[in-house]
Amino acid sequence: MDLISTLLGGLASGMVLFIVSVGLSVTMGLMGFVNLAHGAFAMLGGYVVVYSMRHWGLPFAAALALGFVAVALLAVVLERTLYARLYRASELDQVLFTIGLVFVMIALVTLGVGPESQRVVLPHWLDGQTDLGFIKYRTYSLALILAGSLLMLALWLGFERTRIGAKIRAAVDNRRMAESVGVDVGRLFTLTFALGSGLAAVGGGLGAEILGLDPQYPLRYLAYFLIVVAVGGMGRVTGVFFAALLIGVLDFVLKIEFPKGGTMFIYALTLVFLLARPQGIFGRKGA
Amino acid sequence: MSGLPAVQELAARHRLRWWEALPWIAGIAAFFLFPNYLSFGTLVLVTILFALSLDLVLGYAGIVTLGHAAFFGAGAYTVGILAAHWNWTEPLSGLVAAALVAGAVGLVSGWVVLRTQGLTLLMLTLCTMALLEQAANMFSGFTGGFDGMPGLSFQPILGLFEFDVLYFRSQYLYALAVLFACFVVVRMLVYSPFGRSLTGIRENLLRMHAVGAPVRARQVFAYAISAAIAGVAGAVFVHATGYVNLAVLGLDRAAGVLIILILGGYGRLYGAFVGAVVYMVLEHTLSKAYPTAWQLGLGLGLMLVALYARNGILGLIDALRRRWSTP
Amino acid sequence: MSGAGERSARASQARATGALLETRRLCKSFGALQVANNIGFRLEAGARHALIGPNGAGKTTFVNLLTGVLAPSSGQVLLDGEDVTRLPQAKRVKRGIARTFQINQLFRGLTVLENVCIAVAERMRAGGGMLRPAGLRTEVTDEASRLLEMLRLSADAGRRVAELPYGRQRLVEIAIALGLAPRVLLLDEPAAGIPSAESHILLDAIAGLPPEIAVLIIEHDMDLVFRFAQRITVLVSGAVFAEGTPAEIAANHEVRAVYLGSAIDA
Repeated sequence: MDLISTLLGGLASGMVLFIVSVGLSVTMGLMGFVNLAHGAFAMLGGYVVVYSMRHWGLPFAAALALGFVAVALLAVVLERTLYARLYRASELDQVLFTIGLVFVMIALVTLGVGPESQRVVLPHWLDGQTDLGFIKYRTYSLALILAGSLLMLALWLGFERTRIGAKIRAAVDNRRMAESVGVDVGRLFTLTFALGSGLAAVGGGLGAEILGLDPQYPLRYLAYFLIVVAVGGMGRVTGVFFAALLIGVLDFVLKIEFPKGGTMFIYALTLVFLLARPQGIFGRKGA
Repeated sequence: MSGLPAVQELAARHRLRWWEALPWIAGIAAFFLFPNYLSFGTLVLVTILFALSLDLVLGYAGIVTLGHAAFFGAGAYTVGILAAHWNWTEPLSGLVAAALVAGAVGLVSGWVVLRTQGLTLLMLTLCTMALLEQAANMFSGFTGGFDGMPGLSFQPILGLFEFDVLYFRSQYLYALAVLFACFVVVRMLVYSPFGRSLTGIRENLLRMHAVGAPVRARQVFAYAISAAIAGVAGAVFVHATGYVNLAVLGLDRAAGVLIILILGGYGRLYGAFVGAVVYMVLEHTLSKAYPTAWQLGLGLGLMLVALYARNGILGLIDALRRRWSTP
Repeated sequence: MSGAGERSARASQARATGALLETRRLCKSFGALQVANNIGFRLEAGARHALIGPNGAGKTTFVNLLTGVLAPSSGQVLLDGEDVTRLPQAKRVKRGIARTFQINQLFRGLTVLENVCIAVAERMRAGGGMLRPAGLRTEVTDEASRLLEMLRLSADAGRRVAELPYGRQRLVEIAIALGLAPRVLLLDEPAAGIPSAESHILLDAIAGLPPEIAVLIIEHDMDLVFRFAQRITVLVSGAVFAEGTPAEIAANHEVRAVYLGSAIDA
C-alpha cells in the first residue's frame, strides 16, 4: 500500500507539472523562444486564485477560471508588446529578457502582497479522503490526477482533431513550410501563448497545495519546467505528459528516500537522457 | 610587408595599449583610498574574475550557459574541503588544486554537454550545476550541507602575508594579484589565433567548419580553461571570506554573473570589470535599503538591455563614440 | 616557393594516375525524395569544370556531399584516390577541398582582414596557437594581405564585413576559400550578387587561380560558364544529364530543352 500511495502522490505532483509546463512546451516548439518567465504566469494564476477566493469569496472553480482568463489576457498583452520584438533575437537576448521579466513579476508580487507563502483553501468537496476500494487516498490528489488526465485527453483531441490543432502541429514541425502554405504563424503563436500561460495559471492555482505559492516560485521550479519540456520533446503534448509524470514520481520518491540532495538523481538522469536523445521522448531529430 | 593600414590597426589592437594599465592603477589606488571598504572590494575583484571566466565562453565562444557557478563552486568547495578535512590550508597550492578540479569538471562536462546546442545546451548547463549543488547537499559530511563550512582559516600567503580578518588588506591585494595573473592569461588567449577562432565559432559556426577548424575541440578546451579560472575565483572567495556553503553553486550566483557580464558588455574583455563594479556598487547601496525595489529595477533594466542595449555599457560607449566621430 | 613546386608535382602525378576528386555512384535521399541519383563524377587536377542545371537540380546538394556537409545514403567520394566519404567537413578541408557558399557565410562582425586571417591561420596550422597575438603573426597577415590585394579588397580590409555591400562580401567569401590553399576549389554561384561593373574582378581572380588546382563552378551565368569551363556537367533532378566540352553541350538539343529559356544560346 505504501508503494501505491507513493505512486499516487508522485502522479499528483506530476500532473501539476504537466498542467503548468504543457504551455511552455508548445510555445517553445512553435516559436523556438526560450521563455524562462513561464513559471511566473503560473505564480500569478495562483495569486489570482488566492486573492479572489479570500477577498471576493469566489468558489474554487470560478477562481481558477478567473485565473485562466486574467493571466491569458496579460499574456496576450505582453506577447504583442514585448515578446514579439525578440522572436528573431539571439538566444542570449531571450534569456536575458525573460529573466528580467521574472524579476519584475516577483518584485511586483512581493511589493503588492508580501513575501510570505500563501495558502489556497480547498473547497470542501476536495477535502478529506476518497475510498478507491484498495486504498483510501487524499481526494485532492486524486482530483489532480483526474484533471491532468482529462486535460491531456482534451489537448490531444484538440491537436489531432481540430483544424487549429493541425495548423499548430504543422507549424511546430516546420514553421517555414507552414507559413508558405498560408498559416498565420504570428496569430497562432499569440493564441497558443495565451492558452499556455492560462493553463500555467490554472496549474499554479490548482497545484498550490503541492508546489506551494510564494514569490520565489518561478525561479524555484524553473529547472523542473525546463527539464519536463526538454525531456518530453518540444511541442509534443504526450511527451510532456509522460515526462512530467516521470519527473513528478521521481521527485516525490527521492524527496522521501533522500531528503537531502536526492533530487541530484533527477539532474543526473536528465543529463544522461538528453545526451542520448536530445530531441526528447517524442521529439523529432534535427529540428 | 605590413603595408596595409588594416594590418597595422590589427597589430596595434593586439599590442598593449597605454590605457590598459588604468584598471590596475585604479585597483591599487582603491586600496589606499577606501581602507574601510576592502572586504567589499575583495568581493568585487572575485566577481570580476568570475565574470572574466564567463566572458571566455559566452563572449568569445558564444556558449550560453546558466550554470557557470558549477565551476566557481567546484573551486570553492575544493579549497574548503581541503582545509576542513585535510588541514591543507596553504593558499597558493589551494588555488592550483581548485583550478585543476574545476578545470577537470569543465573538461568532462564540456565534452559531454557541448554536443548539443540551443535550449538543450542551456538546460544541460543548468542540470550540471544543479547536480553539483544537490550532490553537495547530499554529501553533507564532506561539505557541511546546507550550512556549509564556516570559520575556515588559511596560512599566510607565501608565508608572509597573513589574512587580515578585520580590514581585509592582504585579501584585497591577494585577490588583485590573482586577478591580474588570470587576466594576463585570458588576454593572451583572446588575442591569439585560438581566441580569434573562438570568435569565429561564435560568429559563424558553419564557416568555421568550412575552414577546417576542429570546432568541438576548441570549444571544449575554452570551456575547460574558463572553468579552471572560475574555480580559481571560487577559491579566492573562500580564502578571503573563510566560508563556503551551497550558495556558491546556486542559480542566483550563476544568473548574477551572467547579468553582470551582459551589463558591462560581453566579448570585450573589460566588460567584466565595468559590469562587476557598476552592479556591485549599485547593489551594495540600493539592495540593502530597498531589496524588492532593487529586484524590480534590475528586472526592468534587464528587459531594456535585452531590447535596446544588448552590448552593455561598453557597447553604449562604443555606439556613442561612433556617433560623435562621424559628423 | 617549394609549396607550389610540390603541389605541381603532385598534380601531374594525379593527372597521370587518375582524378583528383571523384565520386562513384553517389546517392542521397531524404525519405522518399532522392536528391542525388547515382552521380559519377571526375575532376582532374588543373580542371576548369562547370556544373549547370535547372533550379532544384541538386547542384548545391552535390557540393554539400563533396565537402562533407551532407553524408551520402550510398556511394563514395574520393580525394586523390583516398576514400573520404566518412570524413567530416573540417577534415576534408585539411585534405585540400575548399568551397564558397551560395549565400555568404562570413564572420560578419569581424573585419575583412580578420576573416581571411582566420582561414589562413587554420591552413598554416596556427589556428590553435595560443601564445602570440594573431595580429602580430606576420606570416598570416602578409598572406591575407596578398589575397585581399588579388581580389581588390585592400581598401576594405579594415571594415567590418557587415558594413560592406553584398557584392564585395561575395569577394571576401572567395578570399577565404583561397586562403585555404586548396587543391580542389568548389565555387557555388560565385557571381551571384556581384554587380556587373565589378564582375571583371571575379573573372580575373578565377583566371588567375593556380593552374594545378581543380576548380568546379556552379553557375547560372552562361557567359561566365562558357568563358571559364573546359568541361561542363549538366545536372537534372539529381542525376547527371549530360557531360562534355562547352561546344558539345551547347549543341546538345536535349540540354536546351531541359533548360528553360535561351540561357544556352551562347
